[in-house]
Amino acid sequence: MKRDVFQAIADPTRRDILSLLAAKSMTPNSIAEQFDSSRQAVSKHIHFLVECDLLDQEKQGRKIYYHINPEKMNEIEKWIQQFKGLLEKRFDQLDDVLAQLKAQEK
Amino acid sequence: MRNILRMNFSVDRKNKKIKVEREFDVPVDLVWSAWTESDLLDQWWAPKPWKVKTKSIDFKDGGFWLYAMISPEGEKHWSRANFKEITPKERFTSLEAFCDENGNVNHDLPKSHWENQFIEHKSSTFVHTVIRFNELSDLEKMVEMGFEEGFRSALTNLDEIFKNTGND
Repeated sequence: MKRDVFQAIADPTRRDILSLLAAKSMTPNSIAEQFDSSRQAVSKHIHFLVECDLLDQEKQGRKIYYHINPEKMNEIEKWIQQFKGLLEKRFDQLDDVLAQLKAQEK
Repeated sequence: MRNILRMNFSVDRKNKKIKVEREFDVPVDLVWSAWTESDLLDQWWAPKPWKVKTKSIDFKDGGFWLYAMISPEGEKHWSRANFKEITPKERFTSLEAFCDENGNVNHDLPKSHWENQFIEHKSSTFVHTVIRFNELSDLEKMVEMGFEEGFRSALTNLDEIFKNTGND
């Protein structure tokens, strides 16, 4: 199965990596230093995030820096906004139903 | 006259919760009926052009609402809401799941926990809803399963509404 952005944020370590990188670009080593888990484990998470396009890598000299791909991050936001729209619409319809009930009471 | 009462919407990503607050300008008796009686639920629960048709409802602790969400093309998606912790005209919780027409739950699809509180204030009613997901990513499936085309086509309009109501 193709890895997607939603699987990516399901994991707390990956969410932490994303918030670290939200502030600035970092090398794999400096990212790993922020976690208690092994360097290898952190590296796996980074690769997961790269595979689903949430992170981009950039070479500067001999070092690789990772940074966030903001476009991809917006996908999650999109679903949240759609759900919000759904509730808005539902509640607007509920307003209509309630207005009718109120009218019947009078 | 059209009510434009503000809806507050916030996302708690860490705890996978969405909180919604909405005011309705009628007393709590009416709002409670609209949330708990199937003939009224059928009129508003589905965002148009989708429709809801109730197969059965038993609004009591341990009871459930079995209903179909019907697409404009007539395709049915069955859902059920299991009711728990009911305090009349104050609060109830429910577990929302997708199922078949006999109410057998499909465990491969996302479930959500809803807690609804009703607070009357000066003859209007505030409804506070907390929706908890196992994963926030479940939203994708929920939106797709329940609302597909009809909902997507309505999105453009909703974007306009969001712009007009400010950002929350």
